[in-house]
Amino acid sequence: MTMLQSISKTMLALLCLAAGCGPVGQSGEEAQEITIYSGRSEDLIRPLLAQFTEETGIRVRVRYGQSSEMAATILEEGRNSPADLFFSQDAGALGALHHAHRLATLPDGLLERVDPAFRSPNGAWVGVSGRARVVVYNPTRVSPEELPVDLAGFCAPEWRGRVGWAPPNASFQSFVTAMRVTRGDAAAREWLRCMQANGARAFAKNTPILAAVASGEIDVGLSNHYYLHTLEKEQGRAIDARNHYPEGGTLINVAGVGLLRTSPRQPLALEFVRFLLSESAQHYFTHTTFEYPLARDAVPNDALPPLQTLHPDDLDLSRLDDLGGTLKLLQEAGVL
Amino acid sequence: MSQSVPLGSELGTVDSPAAFPPRRAVAGGSSASWGLRITSAAVAGLCLLPLVYLVVRSLQTGSAMIGILTAPATLRIFFNTLLLVIAVSASSALIGGLLAWLTVRTDLPWRRFWGSVTCLPLVLPSYVGAFALIAALGPTGALQRWLAPLGVERLPSLYGFPGAWLALTLFSYPYVQLSVRAALRGLDPSLEEAARSLGMSGPRVLLAVVFPHLRPAFAAGTLLVALYTLSDFGAVSLLQFNAFTRAIHVHYTSALDRGGAAVLALLLVAFTFGILAVEYRLRGRARYYRSSAGSLRRARLAPLGAWKIPAIAFCVLLSFLALGLPVLVTGYWLLQGGTAATHATPTAMLAFNSLFVSAAASVLCVLAGLPIVIHAVRHPSPAGRWSERSAYIGHALPGIVVALSLVFFGARYAPVLYQTLFMLLLAYLVLFLPLAIGCLRATLLQISPRLEEASRTLGMTSRQTFRSVTLPLLRPGLLTGAALVFLTCMKELPATLLLGPTGFHTLATRIWGATEEAFFARAAAPALLLVLASACSMWILLRHDEAPS
Repeated sequence: MTMLQSISKTMLALLCLAAGCGPVGQSGEEAQEITIYSGRSEDLIRPLLAQFTEETGIRVRVRYGQSSEMAATILEEGRNSPADLFFSQDAGALGALHHAHRLATLPDGLLERVDPAFRSPNGAWVGVSGRARVVVYNPTRVSPEELPVDLAGFCAPEWRGRVGWAPPNASFQSFVTAMRVTRGDAAAREWLRCMQANGARAFAKNTPILAAVASGEIDVGLSNHYYLHTLEKEQGRAIDARNHYPEGGTLINVAGVGLLRTSPRQPLALEFVRFLLSESAQHYFTHTTFEYPLARDAVPNDALPPLQTLHPDDLDLSRLDDLGGTLKLLQEAGVL
Repeated sequence: MSQSVPLGSELGTVDSPAAFPPRRAVAGGSSASWGLRITSAAVAGLCLLPLVYLVVRSLQTGSAMIGILTAPATLRIFFNTLLLVIAVSASSALIGGLLAWLTVRTDLPWRRFWGSVTCLPLVLPSYVGAFALIAALGPTGALQRWLAPLGVERLPSLYGFPGAWLALTLFSYPYVQLSVRAALRGLDPSLEEAARSLGMSGPRVLLAVVFPHLRPAFAAGTLLVALYTLSDFGAVSLLQFNAFTRAIHVHYTSALDRGGAAVLALLLVAFTFGILAVEYRLRGRARYYRSSAGSLRRARLAPLGAWKIPAIAFCVLLSFLALGLPVLVTGYWLLQGGTAATHATPTAMLAFNSLFVSAAASVLCVLAGLPIVIHAVRHPSPAGRWSERSAYIGHALPGIVVALSLVFFGARYAPVLYQTLFMLLLAYLVLFLPLAIGCLRATLLQISPRLEEASRTLGMTSRQTFRSVTLPLLRPGLLTGAALVFLTCMKELPATLLLGPTGFHTLATRIWGATEEAFFARAAAPALLLVLASACSMWILLRHDEAPS
């Protein structure tokens, strides 16, 4: 048994070591370091963070996860949250933190850099990049002329079993919330019911929808615009999928950032928010992640339809916070 | 919280004189010493933290709780989950049992190779495995493209129940295989020899003598499969089957509704206790140890004869489906190429992190599992039984629930430990302790308490007895338990993301990050490394297991 014993001893020694050196960097050095909880993945934002540290000298510690999980973590941590900032993939998670009074109000100077449509009306968070809801279709199986003008058109018999959507996904749910706001609960419920009855295929999230469209497993899918572009860039070739932007305008989901009320390093953390709205970061969102830059003075990507033509005037993003109501509606319709 | 883990001395408190049963302790008999009771209660207490958290959060929902519990959707996912658990458990027990027998007790060519290869699917994160199944066997997957010239336009849908059942069976049968394997190796061959000398045929010996002795191991392994099926999120969500975990995740992702998620998770805990009650009946209460000194000889290998070919075909097919396909799909990602990613942590460091935390977690789980198992097996009492049962809760809950509950307690009541590796290991303990307990239990049942008694009457202290009698005999269970925890830990995601030190990455978190954005080429290298590192570790562990003691 000497082997077992020696293994155990080594492991225990290492464990104690691990426990001892756990909370890294709780020294005086901390002054120039901020902690970000990020709902956006390392693959997407790491170059941006490196650029920030280079420009400002402020080091960044990041915890990655899904936006909702990161927000739930911040809520559970309570006053002791080590996070200074929450960088979210969608506005819903930011709204939830705001409702729990966990976000500090951002300075007007920063807020004003973004159109009021894409930030919290109370100044609790600000959007930094946007993603349009689109219809992704497979050009070998569907021609763009065949696509219905309105999403309700997918309830028609000829689309039976050919459409994919992602009911568990936060951006899909924001889109349903937008439909509730613009057309009313009854219309939204009716649309969900008819889509469900028409055999809409429920995927776990957006990327499998894109994969299923490209492989011809489904003909069209409801997704966000940028996955197609990042995937084609990543693979260095075109795939059998195209984005169709609905004519009547579409929802723009925002990725945004909020400052934690409990953060003892708010001035440093604000530097990061400022950086996200700076020309270089906005350029990164425009050309590397293929999103819509949201700072007023940012130069948009020519390859994408202009944001102004997409965003319906009557849709106020701050009205998209009734996520509980949407969840209930989705469940009643048997979609979730 | 630190006092709840037996880390005080080397080998934990189990090793202390107080913890070992006194001389008069025999199976079915006396009460346990206080040391043992306190240790097992402390470990059980730690495992109960998620339950406390769930009760706190559920109570906050107030009257909405009734609404969630009585919703037709809840009833639907309840039956969906029940169906899936039964189907996956049955198929895994069959496949795992057969593989264990083939690789331990027959003259199957390259037994050891098959023995270690067939348990590797355990390391595949289910979101990678399920993705590979869809890419290969989905309606327009690789298989369909090969069949296309024959006029096959699309395959029958993999989505829904069939896909979830296939995926979960393929990625969880090794739980049964490894448990049964350990029990087979601990089984006294003289029993079978006696039966054979009395004129019983080979298959009859297997059914009438060997199988009944393997009942606790089958029950333990199948229990783990059932709990894994309850807790897994990746497979059911990608394969579009609406089970409990998917519903619980929906509550978090849709509205950050922690209360609603907690209510459903509590229902899942109730479900788990139902499964534990079934397992308690199935495992039986007979004595499994030999009454005489027994034989240390190796068991005779059953000649497969003409069955050799189908047996090899079975191993090949299974390894191909459960391991080959995911590895091929990952290899394809790698070939497709893509832009090079920049990461803060180099891939080699990720591999080290994964190996280190998984190894530490496996030692921790085995050490913490010992007092629970000794208490429950050697001193059967309601207290022992309930400590053992509480240890299973963490494994049945989705990882995100366990992780959030430890975030809740850690950040509030142990800020010094919060987001340290130590905290992460505690989370692994809560999640994976049952993996160690199941194997330890099945092995301890095979050891006669008479041996321990004899050692005590010969003047050895309880500490000496534990070290020189019980521990060496427990070896197959210790190694197998450690292997199970290790393999499962390599792919763990939610707890690592939420509770690890900020900036701490493992192979699993890197794979997840890349697949999240569909950067599959970037996920390929860490995924292949995950399989490779686990394969090497398995090979070492199982080779050790093979060596005669």
